Amino acid sequence: MERTTMAVSKPTVGARRPAETSPHGALARQTAITIDRVGVWYGAAQAIKQVSMRIAEHEVTALIGPSGCGKSTLIRCLNRLNDLVEGLRVEGRIVLYGQDIYAPLLDVIALRKRVGMVFQKSNPFPKSIYENVAYGLRVDGENRRAVLDAVVEESLRAAALWEEVKDRLPSSALRLSGGQQQRLCIARAIAIQPEVLLLDEPCSALDPIATGKIEELLYALKEKYTIVIVTHNMQQAARVSDHTGFLLMGELVEFGATEKLFTTPSDPRTEAYITGRFG
Amino acid sequence: MAALARKRSASQPAWQGQWPIWLSGIWFAVAVLMIVGLLGLILASGLKTFWPTPLWRVTLKEGATYLGQAHREEVIPHQFDAAGAPKRRTLYRVGNKDLSGADFVWVDDDAVTARTRPAEAMAVERLEWGLFYGFVQQLQIDGQVVVGTPEVLWQTLRHEMPPAQRRLRAMRRIEKRVIGDINAQMEKARLAIRRLELEGLTVAETRVRTRHEAAIQALQERYAKIAEEIEQRRQQDQAFRVVLASVGERTKELPISSLVRVHRPNRLSWLGKAGVYADRLREFVFGQPREANSEGGVAPAIFGTVLMTLLMSLAVVPLGVLAALYLHEYAKQGFLVSVVRIAVNNLAGVPSTVFGVFGLGFFCYLIGGTIDLWFFPERLPTPTFGGGAILWASLTLALLTVPVVIVATEEALAAVPRGAREGSLACGATKFQTIWNVVLPAAVPGILTGTILAMARGAGEVAPLMITGVVKLAPELPLDHLAPFIHLERKFMHLGFHIYDVGFQAPSVEASKAMVYMTTILLLAIIICLNLGAMRIRGRLRAQFRGAEV
Ligand SMILES: Nc1ncnc2c1ncn2[C@@H]1O[C@H](COP(=O)(O)OP(=O)(O)O)[C@@H](O)[C@H]1O
Ligand SMILES: [Mg+2]
Repeated sequence: MERTTMAVSKPTVGARRPAETSPHGALARQTAITIDRVGVWYGAAQAIKQVSMRIAEHEVTALIGPSGCGKSTLIRCLNRLNDLVEGLRVEGRIVLYGQDIYAPLLDVIALRKRVGMVFQKSNPFPKSIYENVAYGLRVDGENRRAVLDAVVEESLRAAALWEEVKDRLPSSALRLSGGQQQRLCIARAIAIQPEVLLLDEPCSALDPIATGKIEELLYALKEKYTIVIVTHNMQQAARVSDHTGFLLMGELVEFGATEKLFTTPSDPRTEAYITGRFG
Repeated sequence: MAALARKRSASQPAWQGQWPIWLSGIWFAVAVLMIVGLLGLILASGLKTFWPTPLWRVTLKEGATYLGQAHREEVIPHQFDAAGAPKRRTLYRVGNKDLSGADFVWVDDDAVTARTRPAEAMAVERLEWGLFYGFVQQLQIDGQVVVGTPEVLWQTLRHEMPPAQRRLRAMRRIEKRVIGDINAQMEKARLAIRRLELEGLTVAETRVRTRHEAAIQALQERYAKIAEEIEQRRQQDQAFRVVLASVGERTKELPISSLVRVHRPNRLSWLGKAGVYADRLREFVFGQPREANSEGGVAPAIFGTVLMTLLMSLAVVPLGVLAALYLHEYAKQGFLVSVVRIAVNNLAGVPSTVFGVFGLGFFCYLIGGTIDLWFFPERLPTPTFGGGAILWASLTLALLTVPVVIVATEEALAAVPRGAREGSLACGATKFQTIWNVVLPAAVPGILTGTILAMARGAGEVAPLMITGVVKLAPELPLDHLAPFIHLERKFMHLGFHIYDVGFQAPSVEASKAMVYMTTILLLAIIICLNLGAMRIRGRLRAQFRGAEV
């Protein structure tokens, strides 16, 4: 197993090539995050191999790839949520607006306030809708009612949930539908006004209508936030993203403008994947 | 071929594949039967205790006569009558301990010449010397002898009982409240003087001392006055007297106020018996113990048990939860933590007496002794906190039950979904904020399960209490009207110890057996109530986590 992964990952230069040479305007926008030759190990097993890419500001960047290829592992490095995993080791550099987020003295709590996250399985707290959205501010020490009220409304509006819940803010968040819960989690994440929003397969547990709503939402949100979305749904990636990276067995096979990647992929493995021959 | 195999298996007798189900089912039934049997025995033996049974007048061949209630019967071993049937004998409760010396007598059934149920026979429960079975012979109301038929005497006696009890209660209240307060104030003044002496007197303090001495003087005068008043009341009360006669023509004169309850079981209707039953039950639950705990009520023990269990829970929950939090959330998982975890689990196997000895040495002597030295030096050598106390007993039991809470809490923490933690951390919460706001609330139902188990274990434990603060008879409750109202340094009574004490230490085993059963029922009822309370809270919290309307 180990041996074959090694063999596949051999042409590391190839993985980096698209980001460097892409002629499709990736560099036209300012870079929010630079991922530079990042490798991630779970103990002795390497889950991410020499991945390099640049995530542009106010764009939606999608990560696609078959299950287990390391999408979650990579995205969770961006807000250092991987720190919870025992035995995990990260190598290389991840730079957020000029700041190395794996620098030894970095304040992880402050980082997570700049890089919000929404998870595959919606995880509202067993509290009221209001308190869910206000949570990030409360733990930040903000308890003024007026400020909280304003932020809660603004965030719920931004997450296109306000009209549905404005009359029952004090009721339990657990009684919302699946799609509503996921939008609540988005509202919770943007309530602390992050710069980057990470979404790890946010629609995988939702029906098509709820999925459609969230995709629309992403389109609106990128005005204010830089968005990184993980999905195993290629149509979704094609619909919502500006840039797409294709991960395979921990390796970034191809990264480039979404349109180009889906129409004229430069790597045969990408082509095989998007035409549905494996994955 | 395949069809054949299928056919054969279908034609196999059904039980062949089902014997594990049957086996486990039978074992389950046996377990249930044993539990139901135990509870049934306790309930049946306990609940019938207070039901009045007929009073028999039994005349024997050799001439002796007894009046009493049939307590139980048995076959005399190795003795047979002329027809070859085994002989039987009956144990009668004959009361009148002060006259005859024995509360119970065995009577061989074939020695009985006559057995009647005299309608006028009375069962009298007294404050002292237990039951009296017999008749009213004479009655003095306020010094005047009442004349009339036995029926008139009986009616008058019944009529005089409530006022007599009111007189007694009034005297008791004065003794306890007023004299108790005077004593407490006197003790305070005495201790103040003692403290001055310990610190060395100066001129100014000499004046203070004189003031305290004057206070004591005044209190003593007040005391003398009240003692006089009590004596007066006692004299008045003594003018209401009754003379009781036994079947053996012996008599006993005593004040009416020393009777607790009188009834004529042979004339009671079913409803009347139910009334007596209810009254006895009420006294049992709400009354004070009498006669070396073998009669009267267990109210102080109920109070002690509940208070101690609550104090224990108050101590064990924070202790166990903090320990589990550290073990599960903060400690680096490894060899050392595994060792600690195993040690905690095995702590549950240490005999409870050992915990008691530890509690005595550590809490009572070391901590309590130090508190006495620092804060109550004027009372020494009389210990304040330095002896058995409800606080130390509760803490000892908290130590005993803490493994249960730790294990339950750790399991609850492990069951908190990872998504909840990550959601909180991703919002920029610190680890502590995440634990406090998200993890702990989600673990509360599990923590409560541990608390329920700990309470059930702790409420039934007796051995460690016997050396850390439980007493047979506590003169004062740990809660009263004197500041600071809750007295955690006091000794207390406990139902579990009460069962042991009444069952094995009481002067008359036969008489107290029923009390043992009743006390057991009460203890079980209290544990069940406490657990139901905790389960209710847990149910609400669980509903909250499911998002249901609370
Ligand atoms: N906590 C972990 N410990 C060890 N290995 C892990 C852990 N999490 C993920 N992995 C492994 O890392 C690889 C990538 O996983 P993941 O990032 O979750 O994939 P994806 O999100 O693309 O499905 C998988 O092979 C998985 O088995
Ligand atoms: Mg994943």
